[in-house]
Amino acid sequence: MEPVVSLRGAVCLLGRFPALAGVDLDVNAGEIVLLQGPNGAGKTTVLRACAGLVPVVDGEATVLGVDLVADRRAVRHRVGLLGHASGLYEDLTVADNVRFWARAGRALPADAEAAMTRLGLDGRLADVAVARLSAGQRRRTSLAVMVARRPELWLLDEPHAALDQEGRDVVDGLMADAVAAGATVLFASHEIDRATAVAHRTVTIAGGTATAVSA
Amino acid sequence: MTEPLVTPSRSGTMLRDAALVLGKDLRLELRSRVIINQVLPFAVLVLVLFAFALDPDRRILTQATPGLFWLAVLFSTLLALQRSFGVEAADGVTDALRLSGLDPAGIFLGKAAGIAVHLLALEVVLGLGVTLFYGATPHGPVLLVATCVAATAGLAAVGTLYGVLSAGMRVRDTLLPLLMLPVVAPVLIAATQAFAAAYDKTSGEGWRWFGLLAVFGLLYLAIGIFAFEPLLEES
Repeated sequence: MEPVVSLRGAVCLLGRFPALAGVDLDVNAGEIVLLQGPNGAGKTTVLRACAGLVPVVDGEATVLGVDLVADRRAVRHRVGLLGHASGLYEDLTVADNVRFWARAGRALPADAEAAMTRLGLDGRLADVAVARLSAGQRRRTSLAVMVARRPELWLLDEPHAALDQEGRDVVDGLMADAVAAGATVLFASHEIDRATAVAHRTVTIAGGTATAVSA
Repeated sequence: MTEPLVTPSRSGTMLRDAALVLGKDLRLELRSRVIINQVLPFAVLVLVLFAFALDPDRRILTQATPGLFWLAVLFSTLLALQRSFGVEAADGVTDALRLSGLDPAGIFLGKAAGIAVHLLALEVVLGLGVTLFYGATPHGPVLLVATCVAATAGLAAVGTLYGVLSAGMRVRDTLLPLLMLPVVAPVLIAATQAFAAAYDKTSGEGWRWFGLLAVFGLLYLAIGIFAFEPLLEES
């Protein structure tokens, strides 16, 4: 079976700086793969490249069967990216945001409501403006958007960041549920103990290249 | 998991997405009231200041009413655009839009429609303002309304194009007027002339200016539908 993510000598530039200098990476369907490495190693760039947001200027890159070098836009609506930014409208409420982004992704209204319930955002919190939320609550709202949209590939950048213990457990459960439902997860984390317990495999990135793969 | 849950026809996607984005922008205004509480008072203030500046000669004020009205609309448009695209540039929303699956042409039409709705509401208040402060009485209400609709469509279309172009830049607030004002100069001229005709009982002349506004608006709406995707990509 063709890997969900296949990078061969993938090179990405940020300005003139090579953020990725020839990364090889395979992620198979149904896997949870952890990207680890020091700050600036290129983890975020790998995730953004797989989402079709950063162009791959050299090498080969295929995600969900889409050739990113030829047309990286074609994969975007099939992936979900949880980045450092929330991707939320500050003046809209939690419910407004989740419902809007869910509808934009062709999800059913019931999926938006179920996602908010799963992330503990139903009830009073649903009607609170995002601008008034804590960092952890914003993270939960961004995760609710992703859950509602049900992407085929989950790309998570530090998904446990800003969350309390319960929230971190929810994230781990979401990743497991996503895979059980047929999706694939690629995530970056500095919380090695927790992340390795969830991941099926770990890929280490340093200096813009994947240097080691461990089972 | 791999199939989308809802698969609208390709032809309906653009309008569906436009309606979704329009609804979101109207809800944003409902929640924040930035247009009502800040842009609208600014527009009225401009009208009042023009009246203070030209009040010694009431005749000049009356003659200048169409131009002053559209200048106030133009200045307010810049504020409305900065607000409209400021929210899209904040906290990763631009990336979320790119990943959303929304049709870029639909996003363009939705954003433009949202700005147009705000501007039309603003123009109603400004119309009452020029009657109250300047003593101007229109004689061609149909031409007046048609001019507002056509000019607003042009301003919204151009503003949405340049708004997204400058959205990702740190200097967007100062760059937007520099980019946009020269392009919308024909709207200012034609709308002013059409309004002048509506106020002077010479509507026949005014309809020709309306025609120019309609062509301008349709042209930029068409350009926006095709050009918005690469502009969103670069923003």
